[in-house]
Amino acid sequence: MEIGFTLNGDKVAVDALPMARLLDVLREDLRVTGTKEGCGEGECGACTVLIDGRAVNACLVPVVQVQGAAVTTVEGLAEPGGPLHPVQAAFLQHGGAQCGICTPGFLVAAAELLARTPRPTRPQVREALAGNLCRCTGYQKIVDAVAEALAGEAGA
Amino acid sequence: MLIGQDLMRADGPAKVTGAARYVDDVRPTDCLYGFTVRSPWAHARIDGIELDPAFDWTDITVCTAADIPGENVVALMTDDQPVLADGVVRHVAEPVALVAGPDRDRALAAVQHVKVAYTPLTPLMDPEQAAGSEHRIFRDDNVFSRISVEHGEALRVLEEADTIITGTYRVGLQEQLYIEPQGMIALPREDGGLTLFGSMQCPYYIVKALKRVLGHDRLNVVQAVTGGGFGGKEEYPSIVAAHAAVLALKSGRPVKLIYRRDDDLRATTKRHPAIMHYRVAVERATGRLQAAHVKLLFDGGAYNTLSPVVNSRAVLHALGPYACPHVKVDGLMVATNTPPNGAFRGFGAPQVMFAAERHMDRIARELGKSPLEVRRLNLYRDGDVTPSGQRLVDVGATQVLELALKEAAAPLPPSGVPDRAGGGGVAARVAPGRGVAIAWHGCGFTGNGEAALKGQADVAIEGDRVVIYTASTDIGQGTDTIFPAIVAEVLGISVDRVSNADHDTATVPDSGPTVASRTAMVVGGVVKQGAERLLEALKAEVGSDDADFDALLARRKSTAPLRVRAQYRDDLGLEWDAATYRGDAYPTYGWACVVVDVDVDLDTGEVLYRRLVSATDVGKALNPVLCTGQLEGGALQGLGYATCEEVVLDDQGGMRNNRLTNYIIPTALDAPEMVTALVEIPFSGGPFGAKGIGEIPHDVPAAAVAQAIEAACGAVLERLPMTPERVLAALPEI
Repeated sequence: MEIGFTLNGDKVAVDALPMARLLDVLREDLRVTGTKEGCGEGECGACTVLIDGRAVNACLVPVVQVQGAAVTTVEGLAEPGGPLHPVQAAFLQHGGAQCGICTPGFLVAAAELLARTPRPTRPQVREALAGNLCRCTGYQKIVDAVAEALAGEAGA
Repeated sequence: MLIGQDLMRADGPAKVTGAARYVDDVRPTDCLYGFTVRSPWAHARIDGIELDPAFDWTDITVCTAADIPGENVVALMTDDQPVLADGVVRHVAEPVALVAGPDRDRALAAVQHVKVAYTPLTPLMDPEQAAGSEHRIFRDDNVFSRISVEHGEALRVLEEADTIITGTYRVGLQEQLYIEPQGMIALPREDGGLTLFGSMQCPYYIVKALKRVLGHDRLNVVQAVTGGGFGGKEEYPSIVAAHAAVLALKSGRPVKLIYRRDDDLRATTKRHPAIMHYRVAVERATGRLQAAHVKLLFDGGAYNTLSPVVNSRAVLHALGPYACPHVKVDGLMVATNTPPNGAFRGFGAPQVMFAAERHMDRIARELGKSPLEVRRLNLYRDGDVTPSGQRLVDVGATQVLELALKEAAAPLPPSGVPDRAGGGGVAARVAPGRGVAIAWHGCGFTGNGEAALKGQADVAIEGDRVVIYTASTDIGQGTDTIFPAIVAEVLGISVDRVSNADHDTATVPDSGPTVASRTAMVVGGVVKQGAERLLEALKAEVGSDDADFDALLARRKSTAPLRVRAQYRDDLGLEWDAATYRGDAYPTYGWACVVVDVDVDLDTGEVLYRRLVSATDVGKALNPVLCTGQLEGGALQGLGYATCEEVVLDDQGGMRNNRLTNYIIPTALDAPEMVTALVEIPFSGGPFGAKGIGEIPHDVPAAAVAQAIEAACGAVLERLPMTPERVLAALPEI
């Protein structure tokens, strides 16, 4: 069936089985590959995307559920041609990315947290990112990056 | 000075925007999707392989051992492991056949319709029964490796000693758990050869293996952006590459072979489990070590892989960073009918250092002394001699201990103990505890390994840019950032003008594998030498002795690339006898101390991490952010090893918990806040004084946690992982 949704600000339509995983529709049908698959069962968070602003695991979402919704992937965190999202910049500054395979999922989950809570405490950051697994960093620099991403922003 | 600066990762922008291309992000035209048919048995005869006639095979390619054009062997150390089982399977999940189809669903369906007839045979599962068993898995004795190192007269001194402390320590399997599963694409080339593109640490391992499988050398291997390795992508990708290659040759199409997580967990190598016996004579009044006899038993699984080298590193590190005048260590690595174990960060050292550190605690306990006191007394100092007879210089053991203790004197962050009272239950009863453990880690290959390998690197002027050609892959640790900084530093130019060529064996020389904490220290040194040679070559070409790179470049008439090659030079004068295991086992050692604070939940046995302080002698932090990132990541893998990562096997040796739902690695909530302090005792043989740092952070967190648990609640645990169940069982009656 044809399913239409907004992907990173652009209207898209795909012909897909309704129960196809959103992850596969993004990666295989739309060739938007920033969203990664680490486990395929919602444990690792590498496939985290936003649906109408809420972070979800794209490997657990049938594409029919995003009919008419706004989906944001790592590619959509920054405006095209614009500056990086503050959490992307903070990851670069603090060393939050190593091998990088979990990074898109962390960035998306962190963006959701920062939209709700611009100045999260470290425990709040850890709580919000507990659904994303990283094997490289020990999380220290990821927590540093997210906790401080908006620290310098006026009015944040 | 670029060295010592927090230069941003070269691959950072691509990684934070989703632009970085990992193997599964690439889809060649007409690509087939490959999957592996695996043995359900630990040991069985293969009576036949048939394709279900009820299934439509028209667009499916199937390969068995008969389709391998060259030799059916995964060339590594020995030739015991087949690419595809032929007639017999020796471990569960062993590859038996391969299928490829036009999409994943079709190919996966086909896997179910490859009918393999087996006659199950009695497997050998117990490593303690393996050596010399009638049941032959490897050669005539099932022994992959037997290594002894001896210094002094340990057995005689033990015989005459009045205080001997004995202990046995056990560690289980641990999975590397790179977040990106294994994956490879094989692309047919026009000359009849193949390009292999995928997730890997060691491109030249794959070249070596595939030459034998293909029967020719028309191949090149290209590293994709790689989503973590930790040793798990050292040797295993040769198997994935061989499988993709065989399918691509038979089908004539590109083949992409990406492991699903459950397959990856069931089939790929893990950290070797071990049983470790320690007998140590001590001076009763002081706790000073007098003599030690250590017996190590490792289970290598069904094939040799790199197990002898793991045994070697384990034997050499077995006593931890402590001086002992009389030492005998006997390491035995055996074969069983279980999936082969292989490289994993630390490579035998985390196993033995858990045991060594726990044994120091046992000595302290039995002598009524503090664990710290016994450690301080016995720690290596300059001039001490290791079990292999190496005289140590620039020992940082005491320095890292004192620095870590100083850092740990700061107040702890708030406790993360959940307030169960709010939920209507009972308030948690917790006991706080602190543990301190100390590691040493030989950097780089053992003995004369580097001199024999002669790793190479090229550095080239291409226009006004400089390009580095190495086979040293960036698997997250930051090689592609470190090497340009080294070259830019030598040439005195902006780092923006220096880049790494793709790690493609068609264009890069063999720099040796990306393993053993050797990349920055050893290959970084070769790259530095390459930059120095490039400067000399440029001076010679333009006939000037000007030291300024850009002034020289301006005088250059040719626009052709100027490329020089550098090769590892053995100027350290190391002396090593591999036959007797005597001499300079490593060019230098790293030193690290971990101080961990925990809360032990006395009702559940859970260990909650408050803070992990580490101090590590890194020689020179070439890029402190990358360096501390390695140390923190390694430390958390060590905490996972300590308390939550357990591989549970079924009666056929198959991993029962082969999912991320039940193989538990720490999350951001489980991880403690970390304080990561650096000590810099420069190593003359490393670039700018750098030492290898990749593995040492994994060595002793588990031992520190065990001590912390004991300090908290008196539970003495001598087996990893220290799961809540085992902690509860070990709790003294309270």
